[in-house]
Amino acid sequence: MTTKDHLSRRGLLKGAAGTALVAGLGMPAIVRAQSDVIRFGHLTPRTGFLGPLGEYAVMAADLAVEEINASGGILGRKVEILKEDSVNPQTASTKAERMVERDKVACIIGEISSASCLTIAQVAQRTKTLFVNTGGNSDALRGKDCKRFMFHVESQNSMYVKSVGRSFLEEGLVKGKKWYSLTADYAFGHDLLSVAKRFMEANGGEFVGDELVPTDATDFSAYLIKIRSANPDLVVLNLAGAQITNFLKQYAEFGLTFPIGGFGFDTALAWAAGKGNFVGTWPVVWHHLLETPGSKAFTEAFVKKYGKPPENQAWGEYVALKIIAQSMNELKSTDSEKLVEHWEKGAKFDVLKTREGYFRDFDHQLMHEMYAITALPADKITNEWDIFTSSGPVPGPNEPLDAIAATREENACTFQA
Amino acid sequence: MTFTLFLQQVLNGLLDGVYYLLIALGLSLIFSLGGIVNLAHGAFYAIGAYLTLVLSPYIGFGGSFVVSPVAVALLGVLIERVLFTRFYRTDPIYSLLLTFGLAMVAEQALRMIFGAPPLSYSIPQALRGQVFIGDFIYSFYRSILLLVAVACVAALWFLLQKTAFGRVVRAGVQNPDMVGALGISLQPYMSAVAALGIGLAGLAGVLLAPIYSVHPAMGAEIITPAFVVVVIGGLGSFWGVVVAAVLVGLVKGLMVAFGYSAGSTAAIYLLMFLVLLFRPRGLFGERITRFE
Repeated sequence: MTTKDHLSRRGLLKGAAGTALVAGLGMPAIVRAQSDVIRFGHLTPRTGFLGPLGEYAVMAADLAVEEINASGGILGRKVEILKEDSVNPQTASTKAERMVERDKVACIIGEISSASCLTIAQVAQRTKTLFVNTGGNSDALRGKDCKRFMFHVESQNSMYVKSVGRSFLEEGLVKGKKWYSLTADYAFGHDLLSVAKRFMEANGGEFVGDELVPTDATDFSAYLIKIRSANPDLVVLNLAGAQITNFLKQYAEFGLTFPIGGFGFDTALAWAAGKGNFVGTWPVVWHHLLETPGSKAFTEAFVKKYGKPPENQAWGEYVALKIIAQSMNELKSTDSEKLVEHWEKGAKFDVLKTREGYFRDFDHQLMHEMYAITALPADKITNEWDIFTSSGPVPGPNEPLDAIAATREENACTFQA
Repeated sequence: MTFTLFLQQVLNGLLDGVYYLLIALGLSLIFSLGGIVNLAHGAFYAIGAYLTLVLSPYIGFGGSFVVSPVAVALLGVLIERVLFTRFYRTDPIYSLLLTFGLAMVAEQALRMIFGAPPLSYSIPQALRGQVFIGDFIYSFYRSILLLVAVACVAALWFLLQKTAFGRVVRAGVQNPDMVGALGISLQPYMSAVAALGIGLAGLAGVLLAPIYSVHPAMGAEIITPAFVVVVIGGLGSFWGVVVAAVLVGLVKGLMVAFGYSAGSTAAIYLLMFLVLLFRPRGLFGERITRFE
């Protein structure tokens, strides 16, 4: 058997570089031109460590559009949703631009990565097209990077920190206690860490360890050894995506039993860690065990369509699309400018919780209730989905909805026209 | 940091590298003999993990420990016979494109069948627990994993160095034309090497499913560090890959141990850069004329 002569290391390197280029470009969408439909753009990561959550987002978006169209669409026209993988901040921006300029979408919704939110928001602001963020948490997006055409159904990091922080305070895990934190080394993690630090210092806690974790790390054994020897009162995770699952599995594997919790979470990660491995107390924006009529109907419809319960990212897409459709029908217009004005005036919406939500005018953050969920012990678990118990709504019934959000002083935002 | 803690981190880093080894050895073997840079190698690892999830309820973890790698190896032979074999004589760019495409097809297929969210899978009850030696702590499961990995490496070494089969494979790596001139067809050896290398990736999938999250992109996650290991170790060198795997694990572990965790991934690329700067063929890379 012979091999051609020009098989060289140099050739291999060139090939590898070319392959990486091809991988970055992704696949173009095929769009049919139709004027009798209202087109929405949906961008969210489908691949990479946030991909698993992106899949729930897409499932819920499809369900919401189906329901909107079944009840007469928007202004008598059917809604068509263009869904694409946002891949990374650069690609997200390119795709957002194409959706607006070529496909003439009325608005863009989606995202999970805070970094991609920012690049999409820049396109949205320049083209004066509404962008509703359903999954990017960073406070900066509502603060120094805020944009007039960007609204946030997803809670900001401050809301996550303050809602689960209340549970930590109640359990006496803050004042005079030692925290060990692991933080995802990108925009979301850094932002969450700074908010978490502010909370911890304000309530008298201190760090015995504080580490940045590369987003591609899969093995946590070296961290676990350090945590064990630091002997903290609370292990705090500011990680995202499959890393939380990996960490929880290995935490159980190494038999560590320090109280654990985190300031960012998604129920899909609890399900993936599974019974026995899932431990601790975590904040969520929504979960499938809520007893409100809206949540029950949503969960039921989702289970019927997909055979499994929706996770919190699904709630984001579902609620965002319902809010947009409702507002467009009320305003009898799909104009982004009009929607922005309408929402800034404090329009209220059903967000499947006990109280109606509204967008705060000065930072465009949705004001709504959040929850802290706590892992059930293995012997109390009856099925693979219902593996946690939930706190009541935070803020409670007697507090204003903005009680857990960052104040104007904590996170200042100035909109450009 | 106390000395015990340091020692513990050194040990843990050494062991951590062993997980890459099962992937990297196969990569190196398949490249050395056929000149195929198998970007789909990670996909076989993922398939091994998913097979374990599917088979465990019926035949247990022990059963899938045996069945899954064999099934993955058979799949590997099929792909070698139908696809790889057409690319042994072409520019490696084509086989790169082929295996890159295969990796994408496999990842998307897993996504379509099992969904994108990670699936839950735990360490079997009998293998849970920790090992304590003085102040040292280690997971019992990982100790078993380590033994299995070491056994595999030893068996592979024996096969390549001490058997007639290994002699032909090693000759094929150095000079396939001469092997052909001696009247030995390399074809069955190619298939056997693909089965071995890909089967090892499948085995890694089985072994890591209980401690890593099982999701469609897990193959893409492990392939890059595995490539780094192969490049550092040097193509065609068995011990080079072994040393490189351990070195990569150690560098990553110590970066975390000394509080530079943010740079722990960057450090392995820096290591690769430095090694290539001073030893362009990798640590123990042999001079293989047809690859120069």
